[in-house]
Amino acid sequence: MLDKALKGGKKYWTLVIVLAAMSGVGVITYLDQLKTGLGITGMSRDVSWGFYISQFTFLVGVAASAVMLVIPYYLHHFKKFSKMVILGEFLAVAAVTMCMLFIVVDMGQPMRILNVILYPTPNSILFWDATVLNGYLVLNIVIGWATLHAEKKGTPPASWVKPLIYLSIPWAVSIHTVTAFLYAGIPGRHFWLTAIMAARFLASAFSGGPALLIILSLILRKNTSFDPGKEPIQAVAKIVTYAMIANVFFILLEVFTAFYSNIPGHMHAFEYLFAGIEGYGKLVPLMWTSVICAVVSLFLLIPYKFRENENLLIIACVAVFVSLWIDKGFGLVVGGFVPNMFGTVTEYWPTGKESLITLGIWSIGFLVLTILYKVAVSVREELGTAKSEH
Amino acid sequence: MKIDRRKFLKMAGFTGMGLGLSAADMLFKAPAEASSGHSAVSTAAVRRAMVIDARKLKTDEDYKRIVDACHSIHNVPTLIPEKDTVKHEIKWIWTDTYSRLFPDQVNHYHPEGFKQKLFPLLCNHCEHPPCVRVCPTKATFKRPDGIVQQDMHRCIGCRFCMAACPFGARSFNFIDPRPYITELNTEYPTRTMGVVEKCTFCSERLEKGLEPACVEASNGALVFGNLNDPESEVRKILKTHFTLQRKPELGTMPSVFYVIGGDEYAG
Repeated sequence: MLDKALKGGKKYWTLVIVLAAMSGVGVITYLDQLKTGLGITGMSRDVSWGFYISQFTFLVGVAASAVMLVIPYYLHHFKKFSKMVILGEFLAVAAVTMCMLFIVVDMGQPMRILNVILYPTPNSILFWDATVLNGYLVLNIVIGWATLHAEKKGTPPASWVKPLIYLSIPWAVSIHTVTAFLYAGIPGRHFWLTAIMAARFLASAFSGGPALLIILSLILRKNTSFDPGKEPIQAVAKIVTYAMIANVFFILLEVFTAFYSNIPGHMHAFEYLFAGIEGYGKLVPLMWTSVICAVVSLFLLIPYKFRENENLLIIACVAVFVSLWIDKGFGLVVGGFVPNMFGTVTEYWPTGKESLITLGIWSIGFLVLTILYKVAVSVREELGTAKSEH
Repeated sequence: MKIDRRKFLKMAGFTGMGLGLSAADMLFKAPAEASSGHSAVSTAAVRRAMVIDARKLKTDEDYKRIVDACHSIHNVPTLIPEKDTVKHEIKWIWTDTYSRLFPDQVNHYHPEGFKQKLFPLLCNHCEHPPCVRVCPTKATFKRPDGIVQQDMHRCIGCRFCMAACPFGARSFNFIDPRPYITELNTEYPTRTMGVVEKCTFCSERLEKGLEPACVEASNGALVFGNLNDPESEVRKILKTHFTLQRKPELGTMPSVFYVIGGDEYAG
């Protein structure tokens, strides 16, 4: 089926070439980092994780969100998702690929990465994270490919696929829970030490991921013959709405606990992120952008009249995505490190090179996604099932 | 032996349960620890510990001697003076004020002179070290004598230990440290780019029967010994003086104790 990725129109090839070029820039910049060290980034002794780990954290959520289509389709037989479920699975593949690349570029000694397997350490959450992420990648490649292949042949998927699909559901929850545990089990970092971290992660994942999926579906509809249909999009929009409400609710719970208890350590990170402390406030404009985007998105999502208008829906989805990207793809990780363990402030801001590497990995991810989506769309074009019957 | 479906499922169930239990057992026990939990105290024959009597540290020279003794023999690079490399600073032992060491035990009414007083900081060699718990390769581990040690050749540079350490004791080699070593000590290894390092309680000197370099240079202000020996000098000081550990509320049980003093400022 991969041959389908080799035959495409002008738009397809332009996209592939642009993404490949951006990936190339990222790879070349990474070679520089490999040679001179992580000193080319904005990270420091005090803020020892930055852009790379935050992107990883955010993208684990995007990957996990595939389950929001798998559950209705396979467990509740919501047949209208039949066209879209493959998009979710392939998005998961691309997202996990990016996650792994972000982990690798964040390492000081990437050539020693196999030490994680050579010296398996079950008391380290990172060991479990590596395990579940690899498993999830394999699951989604196998499931996505097997179901698409069966569809191409006009037969139902092989009987061994079903158990894997059922397994992928708790597995999706596990990848984001384990990722939350990376943070939620660390003593002394109050911003992260919260029992609802995993719940927050899942809520933000189940709104941000499906919001991206709606955006991608509408792009596909506009540029290819593929059309998932109006109803499935609306069903996903409902998922985005409720998950986003839960996400905002969870954040407000954190704010209440921090400020009503009046415990300084619990308030400091919020103060730094939203108001700045001791004159340091590089993240303040970004964090308020996140808040405004969240409010706008809820305003457009909750009234069904707005949500049913696809022009407004796409604005809402972009707002959800931007809001969550800032919150989880930037603020969450940096907020845990500021103020530092001595109560003083060292700020973090990504450098140009760090941003190029980050952009390069996103490009690689979207290149993988483009190729996978091209295969899926081409298979259906051949079968004449690309359009959903209205 | 005939195994029917029912029997097989039963056996599989028990096997699964067993695996689950042993995995949980491994998950919640940091390696090389006899037990976990807040109140559990080591019962090993030796637990290395240090008492820092800050009253005996008075002049800038007192502090400098301690820091230099450590950093010079361990090939710690000097990255502080250059402005753009401050963020990549490596330090094993350094000094800061009371409010930086004990940010949760500060009040506004400390004597002014006391607020300025410096205290040495180093790795606490915790009884329950979070850095060891999170390390995905066992590159950092706790020795039977309590020293939290680091294998520079196994470290993958993920910096999880830096996120986990509540004491900011760990430094990462963001750049190649070798050009910044003031005077190379050929007796001790240098580090490569991309690994995390910290104080080792001078394990290489202990092997030779020597005291840690900072202790030796401190003129008696720093005392080193076996916390589990009731007759040791550290225990004698702990028995007769009021001492503090950093962030005891986190349950890591630091092996570094501070005699704060401060009476001299109270007048």
